Amino acid sequence: MKIINPVVKVKGFATKQSVKLSEKTIAKSYEANSFLTEVANVFLFILELFRETFTRNFEFKEFMRQCFQIGYKSLPLISITGTIMGLVLTIQSRPVLVDFGAVTMLPGMVAVSLIREMGPVITALICAGKIGSGMGAELGSMKVTEQIDAMEVSSTNPMRFLIVTRVLAATLMVPLLILYADALGILGSWAGANIKGDVNFVLFLSQAFSHVDFMDLFPAVIKSFFFGAVIGLVGCYKGYNAGRGTESVGVAANSAVVLSSLLVIIVDMIAVQITDMIIS
Amino acid sequence: MKTDSKDSLHSPVIAEKINDEPVIEINNLKKSFGNQEVLKDVSLKLFNGENLVVLGKSGTGKSVLIKCIVGLLNSNGGTINVFGKSVTSLNRNDLGELRKKIGFLFQSGALYDSMTVKQNLEFPLRRIRKNLSEKEIEVKIMEVLENVGLADALNKMPSQLSGGMRKRISLARTIVVDPMIMLYDEPTTGLDPITSDEISSLINDVQKKYKTSSIIITHDIKCALSTANRIVMLKDGTVYKEGKKGDFENSTDPLILSFFK
Repeated sequence: MKIINPVVKVKGFATKQSVKLSEKTIAKSYEANSFLTEVANVFLFILELFRETFTRNFEFKEFMRQCFQIGYKSLPLISITGTIMGLVLTIQSRPVLVDFGAVTMLPGMVAVSLIREMGPVITALICAGKIGSGMGAELGSMKVTEQIDAMEVSSTNPMRFLIVTRVLAATLMVPLLILYADALGILGSWAGANIKGDVNFVLFLSQAFSHVDFMDLFPAVIKSFFFGAVIGLVGCYKGYNAGRGTESVGVAANSAVVLSSLLVIIVDMIAVQITDMIIS
Repeated sequence: MKTDSKDSLHSPVIAEKINDEPVIEINNLKKSFGNQEVLKDVSLKLFNGENLVVLGKSGTGKSVLIKCIVGLLNSNGGTINVFGKSVTSLNRNDLGELRKKIGFLFQSGALYDSMTVKQNLEFPLRRIRKNLSEKEIEVKIMEVLENVGLADALNKMPSQLSGGMRKRISLARTIVVDPMIMLYDEPTTGLDPITSDEISSLINDVQKKYKTSSIIITHDIKCALSTANRIVMLKDGTVYKEGKKGDFENSTDPLILSFFK
């Protein structure tokens, strides 16, 4: 057994015996302390975000600019992935449905899976990659080059100007991108169905939406807002709290993508559980 | 704007305007980062209308000092009074109001990358001088750009500017709101000698034209000598020597000599 040398001795503890703290114990306590500090920082960040969101002097122009950056500039990427999502799902599912003689169920099955799960989650993960990393890198480099400090000494609250606008824009734009990806996914699915067969577009749509009801769409839209908020919040937190060196910009962008992708999956799991409880 | 540095060096006109009224008064300032004590005990005063140069080796806490003055960093002890108000006890709104009177030129320039030069200048102007009309904003922007000699850079992006131009635009952005106090964080670092001289002249011109009181953080002796009315030298987080330019130039202290030789 490895003997750990004590580095700190505390005398007079309860039974008057020495308490020996090893380097390993101290390192663990530092880790725990750092984790708790991080949790407290996240909590304070969210608290300040809420406070600044509901104060006067909302930066509307910057909010609109962020909506344009997050929403409009993501359209090409979301268009391609949304269309391919529907196309691939159709091509992969068709042979199985043909074997069961249920090929007429194809439009409905694709529409339900796109609207309920695949559209929101895959689009949110793509947004986490594009928007989360963009926010992390942009705010991180603003921190490194003292632009955030410059904003603060210009009597402008960086939290209100940079963070509130970005988080709100992401919360609003990600659900719209998800609905857009769903629509293009169904279009891609129709294209996929026409590769091996000949399906009228109106008939395809009517078959698809005959299987979709309100409780397929509503929970998906609600969780999309949470996806957007998580992506915006993580991207902004990581960028805003980046270190001072140039390396920290990369770290901020990378950790923003990793953490927001993970949180999207976790939020999805919670949303599915809640929806299941409500429906059943 | 005329940029004749000799004209503004310790000129009698400026000397007359400097009075005994301190605009910034720092007493026993302490600042640590973890276990590292950067400022141990710094006390100094900036008088109305003067250029105070803070000299010192890298890591002596010069930049930390001026960041504490504007509240970008919280001190661990001591007091900072700006226009008689204690910076450490102000709430966010009051600190924001105080900052409207202070201009801060960052070492890196800190221009907003996503904005043009015009938008960079409009940013503080629209937020601090809210009563200005569109026409007045335009006139003010052109005035400060002409003062720094870059009127033709109005629609350029910061990435299209050289290091010296970025510093000038950054200076223009700082003076566009007519601050009463200017804090310069190593204004000539990373610039060639000619551009450094031009920036030093601009600092003097700003003092003359905008009647500012300034703290200039530098380790560039040429800049220090051409801009200073008074010099403070920091060493190991404390004030090592304070005096007029002549006191430093004639000193036999080895540390001061190592700067001035």
